[in-house]
Amino acid sequence: MYYKTTGYRIFNVFNIALLIFLSIMCVVPLVHVLAVSFSAKAAADANLVGLWPVQFSLEAYKKTMFNPIFLHSIWISVLRTVIGTAITLMLTFLAAYPLSKDESAFRGRTIYSWLFVFSMVFTGGLVPFYIVIQKLGLIDSFWVLVLPGAVNTFLVILMMNFFRGIPKELEEAAFIDGAGPFRTLFTMYLPISMPSIATITLFSMVFHWNSWFDGLLYLNNSNQFPLATFLQTVIIQQDMSSMSSSPQEMELISQTTVKAAQIFIGAAPILIVYPFLQKFFVKGMTLGSVKE
Amino acid sequence: MKTLRKTWPFHVMLLPSMIFLLLFSYVPMAGIVMAFQDYKPWLGFTGSEWVGLDNFRYLFERQDSVQVIWNTLIIAVLKLVFNLFVPFIFALLLNEIRRVRLQRTIQTMVYLPHFLSWVILGGILIDLLATDGFVNRILSTFGVQPIFFLGDNDWFRFTVIVSDVWKEFGYNTIIFLAALAGINPALYEAAEMDGASRFRQTLHITIPSIVPIAAVVGTLALGNVLNAGFDQIFNLYNPLVYEKGDIIDTFVYRTAILNGEMGFGTAIGLFKSVISMVLILLSYRAAYKWANYRIF
Repeated sequence: MYYKTTGYRIFNVFNIALLIFLSIMCVVPLVHVLAVSFSAKAAADANLVGLWPVQFSLEAYKKTMFNPIFLHSIWISVLRTVIGTAITLMLTFLAAYPLSKDESAFRGRTIYSWLFVFSMVFTGGLVPFYIVIQKLGLIDSFWVLVLPGAVNTFLVILMMNFFRGIPKELEEAAFIDGAGPFRTLFTMYLPISMPSIATITLFSMVFHWNSWFDGLLYLNNSNQFPLATFLQTVIIQQDMSSMSSSPQEMELISQTTVKAAQIFIGAAPILIVYPFLQKFFVKGMTLGSVKE
Repeated sequence: MKTLRKTWPFHVMLLPSMIFLLLFSYVPMAGIVMAFQDYKPWLGFTGSEWVGLDNFRYLFERQDSVQVIWNTLIIAVLKLVFNLFVPFIFALLLNEIRRVRLQRTIQTMVYLPHFLSWVILGGILIDLLATDGFVNRILSTFGVQPIFFLGDNDWFRFTVIVSDVWKEFGYNTIIFLAALAGINPALYEAAEMDGASRFRQTLHITIPSIVPIAAVVGTLALGNVLNAGFDQIFNLYNPLVYEKGDIIDTFVYRTAILNGEMGFGTAIGLFKSVISMVLILLSYRAAYKWANYRIF
């Protein structure tokens, strides 16, 4: 066998070393942040922390957890994630079922599918979108975080392809027993669609938790920011003016260790659902691809 | 009308999505008329002055906007190329590891950055890449002078591309790994019998088997030629590197939303949208024709 030759064995050792090195490079930055967040302020400010906390301290997390603006932004993020995902799930599930029909079974299906696809291919751009949001009265409203992205064509396609894989006989049996499309969808399709519903739920949750630009663009009051937007202004823009707080508080949120703690808390939910993410995203990634 | 009696529930099911699409996709499309106006918010669509193609002429006359278009193209194309080749090679190397546990562990680690947002990663990178940061400290042990990765026009694009490849390469290998798993093992057995080395097997079996998938991925990515990655650039750039690092999307945000040049901002957005749309349609057509790839 080829893997018993000396040449291949040497290659194999180098290959494994290289790949392990690259994978470590992918997680090292997060480990560093974690180490900084658990370090003492002085050590962190002097850039002494590598991948292990220096003078272990929980100070940064204590300060972060007593910051009401930070806590409130977490609450907004949780709200938008839960409500936004629920709306997206409902819309996607309802829309994908009729779209999974052939044109012969559902006249008009082609027109609908083009409307979905075209919305993905062409956009009006940032400025007209902003003005529409303004005219709809959504500026400074919580709903601006939830409604504009509620329909995602990519997720509809994912769901639609899943429905197409379900044997037609199942549905025919339901029809013969006298169930209408709604009943068929909710009592028969819903229970067997759980794997793809889980995929869509995870996609949508990650999208909402990570979204920051909508908050920055449409919300003027930092009290309404979701966590991602709050982090963007505090850590990236280092804009303390919008936080309307006293100098002590400003110093508090700009400390290296506190920043690191905030970053880590922002990433934590993703890390928690990561085992599921890996499982379902890999499926989702290949689900919508090449078909025979 | 007989069919409608049977299919009305389907129309009802699609109605909510259609309302959302209308409000948040199709109504904004009507707003592109602003690209042909000197739009003033207090005058509205009907009251603002029509200026024909002036905004577009202005777009190609202004030095900063031309520079921004070039920046976008260069950054996007380089990302496109590296985001295709790095995962391709990584998948080939990962495929050589026969210990399943190790292979899984590596996958788990390299997929991770994909799921974190650029706000989180931006916050981390700004800290790590600072002149006195972690990376420069390691470099200095090799005797390298501190590099201002995010504040030096000569380094910014490099940093952007490397960090984007770092974030996405793991995730982008998924599709190649799926293709590799689908190769018929009988091919390798036959090659083994003929005495082909692993290198020759890779050259003549593995690579030809996944090149079609790579071609499809590459073609479909063409629609992103003007997408240099708003989230990333916005969270990493600063006025020091506008010259080499400013892209169409960040430029639109600053000119239109922050400076109020609404008509001009819409015009650049429209320019980008139209070119992207043409490229997407062409690339999907090509992918369908040559590889029988269909998404909808």
